[in-house]
Amino acid sequence: MHEHKHDDHLPVVAEDDAGNLEGQQITTALQALLVRKGLLAAGEITLEIQNIESPGTHLGAKIIARAWTDDAYRQRLLANGKNGAAELGIKVGEAQLEVVPNTPDIHNLVVCTLCSCYPRSILGQPPSWYISKAYRARAVREPAAILEEFGLVLPKGKKIRIHDSNADLRYLVLPERPFGTEDLDEQELMALVTRDSMIGVAIVASWQKK
Amino acid sequence: MQVLDLNIKGHIRTPSYIRGKSGTVIQFCGFFLNPEDLSVGITGGPVYPLYRVSFAMEHLWSNYDRSENDELCIEVYDHWLDTSNT
Repeated sequence: MHEHKHDDHLPVVAEDDAGNLEGQQITTALQALLVRKGLLAAGEITLEIQNIESPGTHLGAKIIARAWTDDAYRQRLLANGKNGAAELGIKVGEAQLEVVPNTPDIHNLVVCTLCSCYPRSILGQPPSWYISKAYRARAVREPAAILEEFGLVLPKGKKIRIHDSNADLRYLVLPERPFGTEDLDEQELMALVTRDSMIGVAIVASWQKK
Repeated sequence: MQVLDLNIKGHIRTPSYIRGKSGTVIQFCGFFLNPEDLSVGITGGPVYPLYRVSFAMEHLWSNYDRSENDELCIEVYDHWLDTSNT
């Protein structure tokens, strides 16, 4: 069964005794060196990690829910996404934020074909599939097939507009407000907004009254 | 306008699938430092105009058959654009 010869080789994944991968070992060594040389304080590193990890989809959802409930705000947001976010006390770290609204006729989809550009300051870190080569290559080539795999089948007459976030702008999809949500307040609307709907691989599901 | 197929090596932000393709400028985004410079430590400029350009999907991909209305929008720095025939 198992007849081919195994040559001696290094393990594919290099780990130390504590289970740290090679990249972690290098990072830890570099960090220790920078701290020892007085170039960085350990607290600064912790703070930066917190800054990177604290934003999450709740910030994006807050923006969307406000845009659904306040039309004047929606107009300002579409004109200048960064200022629109700032109105709600949300600081966009990226150069510019372009909010792209879904309509009955247009569905927007965001991808970064070159790497993993993503509105991290309002959605947090991107999901692993967003960074995958498969998503990056296919979203600009066969968007309908991608959407179908995410469970979203668009009517043929609905236009797909793909945004390749390849340079300095970041994109946030403004999903359509689902039917049957007229009675919900902003907080309740926020809870409906998903990460995937703000990337454009999903829509916001209709709220069903219990 | 048309996207140029420049023979620039390094940290370029103009993917191959739009090179040589014709599109429509839909937005001027402002002036930005060129990533080709930034990647090699040139941080003092010059800055380049950046545009959002829209392309018909069926023009980008010869076998695209979902809808002639589907489009792709992408950011292109000024020096990658040939505006001579518009």
